[in-house]
Amino acid sequence: MSMRFRVIKNILKQGFKGLWRNKGMGLASVTSITAVLVILGIFLILILSLNNVVMDTREKFDEVQVFLEDEITASQIEEIENRVKESDKVISVIFKSKDQALEEMKKSWGDEGYLLNGLETNPLPHTLIIKLKDIEYADSVAKSIENMEGIEEIQYNQDIIEKLVLFSNYIRNGGLVVVSILLLVSVFIISNTIKLTVTARKTEINIMKYVGATNGYIRGPFVIEGLLFGLIGAVISILIVSYGYNYFFNAASDKLYVLFTVYLVPPKALMKDVMIIFIAIGAGIGALGSLVSMKRFLNV
Amino acid sequence: MLLIRFVNVNKEYKNGVKALSNINLFIDKGEFVFLVGPSGAGKSTLIKLILKEENPTEGRIYLNNRDITYVKNRKIPYIRRSVGVVFQDFRLLPNKTVYENVSFAMEIIGAHPKDIRRNVPMVLSMVDLSDKAHNYPHELSGGEHQRVAIARAIVNSPPILIADEPTGNLDPETAWGIMKVLRDINRRGTTILMATHAKDIVDAMKRRVVEIEKGVIVRDEEKGVYEHEIPGY
Repeated sequence: MSMRFRVIKNILKQGFKGLWRNKGMGLASVTSITAVLVILGIFLILILSLNNVVMDTREKFDEVQVFLEDEITASQIEEIENRVKESDKVISVIFKSKDQALEEMKKSWGDEGYLLNGLETNPLPHTLIIKLKDIEYADSVAKSIENMEGIEEIQYNQDIIEKLVLFSNYIRNGGLVVVSILLLVSVFIISNTIKLTVTARKTEINIMKYVGATNGYIRGPFVIEGLLFGLIGAVISILIVSYGYNYFFNAASDKLYVLFTVYLVPPKALMKDVMIIFIAIGAGIGALGSLVSMKRFLNV
Repeated sequence: MLLIRFVNVNKEYKNGVKALSNINLFIDKGEFVFLVGPSGAGKSTLIKLILKEENPTEGRIYLNNRDITYVKNRKIPYIRRSVGVVFQDFRLLPNKTVYENVSFAMEIIGAHPKDIRRNVPMVLSMVDLSDKAHNYPHELSGGEHQRVAIARAIVNSPPILIADEPTGNLDPETAWGIMKVLRDINRRGTTILMATHAKDIVDAMKRRVVEIEKGVIVRDEEKGVYEHEIPGY
């Protein structure tokens, strides 16, 4: 066994001892880390699900509808089509006549479709449906044709998407603020817990310094103790979030809120990321907390 | 070979207190040096400078021919490994046995378990505590406490042992026991620097005496006594 290995073994042993010695305050530390991570998990699920909604909406609304005047001529339609196709922001242009539009409406009304038979004239306009590469191009495409002959109105849904993006930004920033505050609180609680071990071992640390122990050797056990508190908190919160969310997701699907659950991230897709994030954050605040509490004691 | 060298050392604390002025002190390998003087004269500051608890304001300090005037914080532990320290208040770990209190000092520096098993009983027999190896500190007398502390200080075989009033808390008879141990350690080649107020011990040992007063070395004589004899005093 090399010298370095023996030193590391001693440090680990002391770290585990500290964990046991500090059970009471340790529980407080673990609880606070768990709470932070669970809240973080809830925000994470919320943000990811909202992201889903935004992506989905983008796909559904990435088109511009151009309503045409009834008296429009075939050559005018062709002119508009050609103008639109010049742009590299456009995927396709489809012409839908007013008769087609009425047929589709009848179909979508299903059993009540016969009600539309009573119409004397077809109120629906001819439509050009322009598929865009991205909804953000809608404005410029609309502008490029708005002054052409035969166009009655141009419609697109950018405002809905803007609102959604704004909303999900609010949630994300709000989550960030709440989680950061809670992270700070956890670091503070952990550092106080570790301080108890440090104080209990003050004489020992003092002697260690005079015998020539390196700062790393003295600090090591405390960092390990903090790290372990963090990891325990991470494991507990992973269990809570995965079981809790799974339960919620299944219950919601069962009760036929499918419209709602299609937008939620499926638990399986989420868990791997949650595990990595939680373990990293748990270990991080644990180690950071103990380093904060040690700083004063090492300057002898 | 000179083990400790103070060259024109001044130490002024941040609060303006001038603790040491113009200290020139040379201690040879194998010497036994008493550091005497009233409380607050600067003895502790001098020891703190050797242990790198404080940096000097001016001058140079050499330990084992190495300039330790300014060293990086992370190098300090390695300097301390060449200096054993014994304090007036012993500083033992109450939850460890005599053996563990001593072996602890070797574990910290990552010594080989074989060396630990060999060295610890050896130093315990040197301080005459072999039969108390598995007792806890609360079962020991004051003198025994200090002997454990000495064993811990020398177990890693440092060339220098610094003793800061090692007999301060002990009755005269026990104190003599400690002095005998220190004398034996010195005879085996360890240099000893001992700060003390114990006049009778200094007078009887007849070793080199360095006297500090108000931060200045006022006397440094071979085979000295505690107080400079003043005629008619």
